[in-house]
Amino acid sequence: MAVIPLTRKPLSLVERTYVPAILSGLKTTFKRMFRPNDTLEYPEQRPAIPPGYRGVPTLVKDPNGREKCVSCQLCEFVCPPKAIRITPGTVPEGSGREHVEKAPQAFDIDMLRCIYCGLCQEVCPEEAIFLQNQYSLSGYTREELVNHKDRLYELGGTLPDSHYKWDKKKAAAEAGPAH
Amino acid sequence: MLDLWNNLHPLVQGLIKGLAVILVIFPLAGASSLAERKVSAWMQGRPGPNRAMVPWIAWIPFLSTFLRRLGLFHLLADGGKLLFKEEPLPGHVNKLYFILAPVIAMMPAFTTVTVVPFGAYLTGSGEMVPLMLANVDVGLLAVFAVSSLGVYSLILAGWASNSKYPFLGGVRASAQLISYELSMTLSVVPVFLWINAPGTAGTMSLARVVEFQSQPGFWGGTWFVFLMPVSAFIFLVSLFAETNRQPFDMAESEADLVGGFHTEFGAFKWSLFFVAEYSHMLVGSGVFILLFLGGWNPLPWVSLADLIGGLHRLTHAAAVVHPLFVGVLSIVIFLVKVLAMIFFFMWIRWTIPRFRYDQVMKLGWQRLLPLAIGNLVFYALAIAFLQKPV
Repeated sequence: MAVIPLTRKPLSLVERTYVPAILSGLKTTFKRMFRPNDTLEYPEQRPAIPPGYRGVPTLVKDPNGREKCVSCQLCEFVCPPKAIRITPGTVPEGSGREHVEKAPQAFDIDMLRCIYCGLCQEVCPEEAIFLQNQYSLSGYTREELVNHKDRLYELGGTLPDSHYKWDKKKAAAEAGPAH
Repeated sequence: MLDLWNNLHPLVQGLIKGLAVILVIFPLAGASSLAERKVSAWMQGRPGPNRAMVPWIAWIPFLSTFLRRLGLFHLLADGGKLLFKEEPLPGHVNKLYFILAPVIAMMPAFTTVTVVPFGAYLTGSGEMVPLMLANVDVGLLAVFAVSSLGVYSLILAGWASNSKYPFLGGVRASAQLISYELSMTLSVVPVFLWINAPGTAGTMSLARVVEFQSQPGFWGGTWFVFLMPVSAFIFLVSLFAETNRQPFDMAESEADLVGGFHTEFGAFKWSLFFVAEYSHMLVGSGVFILLFLGGWNPLPWVSLADLIGGLHRLTHAAAVVHPLFVGVLSIVIFLVKVLAMIFFFMWIRWTIPRFRYDQVMKLGWQRLLPLAIGNLVFYALAIAFLQKPV
């Protein structure tokens, strides 16, 4: 390893009194007083959320207003802190969604356990669960911080869909067996 | 009015004066602590305290927003919080001395205020009468004697806390005070050598120093900061050390001593230490201004009498030369200077990091003290040469 010897100039008498350094420091702080603040005054001003932000996990519906989750429970299995609890259920008769395989009867995410890792979003084969922009959540009881199914859909809303998987399934079901 | 005042019993007079001191210094010290938070915020690119609001004032548009942004009501919020908070009294402390320490801290802080002149008015014959609570001949000596008692409260707080860090803080405070007291006293001796010319009545009065700086002519109106810059510099540095301000706040140094001498204190007792610290700063700034920055004279070479004369020529109003107006004007000028000094204290605090303890000792004993002695010898010789005995 190359060693570079540095020769440092010995401090002059004036420099050793600290006075020039203090004066230049005073100049810096004085100028700083008149610059605009860097503070984001939080409750009134909100930070810009960058794309790809991992906020609170939510369930989304497709543009036809159907729930996309089919309660395959992959997210429940992959969830490292075991925050997700799904009770699988069937799609009720006469709802117009009979061709959809299954639907969750109950879907709870315990936000006191969630670590916002995003593995549920990554593992979901139906693109039904997304970590969206909500970053601020609070509550007075433990129960308040468990997001139930209706709350999850309310938070998630509807996201654009490029597959329309269940439309294709329905069309295929109505056309009858291909063979 | 004046007769009524003079006819009062001296005890009643003293009581009223004491109340006046408390009523002026307490809010000023509180306002300084708020200003400290605000100034630090501005220097660090933050808005600072800006949330507290009083409901009735909140209904006034614009003004309420301005006052809220200024953080003015945090003064009330802070004071109210500290007053009504639970008073913790740790089980391991010496209870008497623990409670006594903040009380003792207040005493020198308030006592020194009484001997500091804060304004003046002119009598009909143009004679300057200083405004002060106790016009004692020893003047500056009284300030030095009493203000150095302030360190006893820190030592007492440190010892009574019966805990490592407060103890270290108290020990450091006393060592630092002894080191800088010497240079401070030596640095003001040239000023008094100069004003006590041979053949005149000797005095240590601060009002006399200001009077000396408000004489007509170029040399008469020169402030002592120009005549004796080294003295002023030594006095200022020692003042920072005496008031335990950054970069000399060895007694507190929260980075290595948790909170220093007040680690075990809380609520109102804690706040008393800070009121005492800020009143020391106020008095110290006042003394510095009286000695070196011309007291209540508005500008160098422009004395209060010149200002009043100029105003009188401009307006021809009799009210301008009225002692009451002159007195208030001089107090305002003096207060503005003191507040500017307080800002300077804060400006320094948020600019310079704390010295290490050994650096503080080295600076005090090996740099400032020889400099102060050299300065004294130089001015003593110069003054002996300039002022021929009558």
